[in-house]
Amino acid sequence: MESLIIEGTTKTPNVNFDGEKGQLEIKGRSIPENSIEFYKPLVDWLEEYATAPKTKTEVNVHLEYFNTSSSKCILDVFKKLEAIHKNKYDVQINWYYEEDDEDMLEAGEDYESIIRVPFKMIEIVD
Amino acid sequence: MSFSINEYYTKISEGDILLAYKGSITSELINEVLEAVEGKLEKKNEEGKTRKKLYNVLVESLQNLYHHIEETHEGIDEDLEPKFGILVIERGKDGGYKVTTGNFVAAIKTKFLKEKIDKINSLSKEELKDMYKFILNHQKISAKGGGGLGLVDIARKTGKKMAYHFYPYNEKYVFFDLQILI
Repeated sequence: MESLIIEGTTKTPNVNFDGEKGQLEIKGRSIPENSIEFYKPLVDWLEEYATAPKTKTEVNVHLEYFNTSSSKCILDVFKKLEAIHKNKYDVQINWYYEEDDEDMLEAGEDYESIIRVPFKMIEIVD
Repeated sequence: MSFSINEYYTKISEGDILLAYKGSITSELINEVLEAVEGKLEKKNEEGKTRKKLYNVLVESLQNLYHHIEETHEGIDEDLEPKFGILVIERGKDGGYKVTTGNFVAAIKTKFLKEKIDKINSLSKEELKDMYKFILNHQKISAKGGGGLGLVDIARKTGKKMAYHFYPYNEKYVFFDLQILI
């Protein structure tokens, strides 16, 4: 399956979904006014990927900031991953947060409590 | 005495101001404000935690304005730009910040807004977390943005009560002022 690569902007993150390796990454800032528009291709891509996923899918989410409008879309992305995991595929979400950024850690824990996929909280130390 | 935008703006811009703006709240304006504030905080070597909280509060409050301000305001005599709003960021003496936003809202929305903020202000940290998760998981995202998560998120991140005021303007509109401490 073709990779999904989106270059980041000041308001949207870098996206690199590599379907061949089962390595998915979202990195940067996610603060667009219209998040649905930005996240639609990601959700669509995952829907297709879910039809023939890799045995192991690893997802790296490394956000510096995200707004509440993105938070719902991120949940939609995670729900797609949950569906893959439910079909007995190995899925792991790595949630990165910067040292002392308790708000970002807490945001990851909120998702972890809603989504039935193994999460790993990873603190980045400068 | 009736409410005057200019008097209000002059009054709230009196303190130790990091940034003050009145005019159209557009997507470009939001970019400019965020960039300017980031630059200023970097120069000041502001602590990472405060910087992030202020940035988050600015994103949410500006996007709340962006999504909810009406394009034009009928019957308001003052010469207003489209999607008119006010933003003032003030440095507090305690090392914190105060973000004030102001905009005209339909008078009939006063009760809804008041109840919403009072409710959020009455909740504990844990209750805010539960409310946030509930809205996140159960409410559809609306065309107007985050489906009501913005204020809950602000309350969670600041851990402080929001202050607000509704200034009567005319039959149709009140001027809504929201103050957030960081």
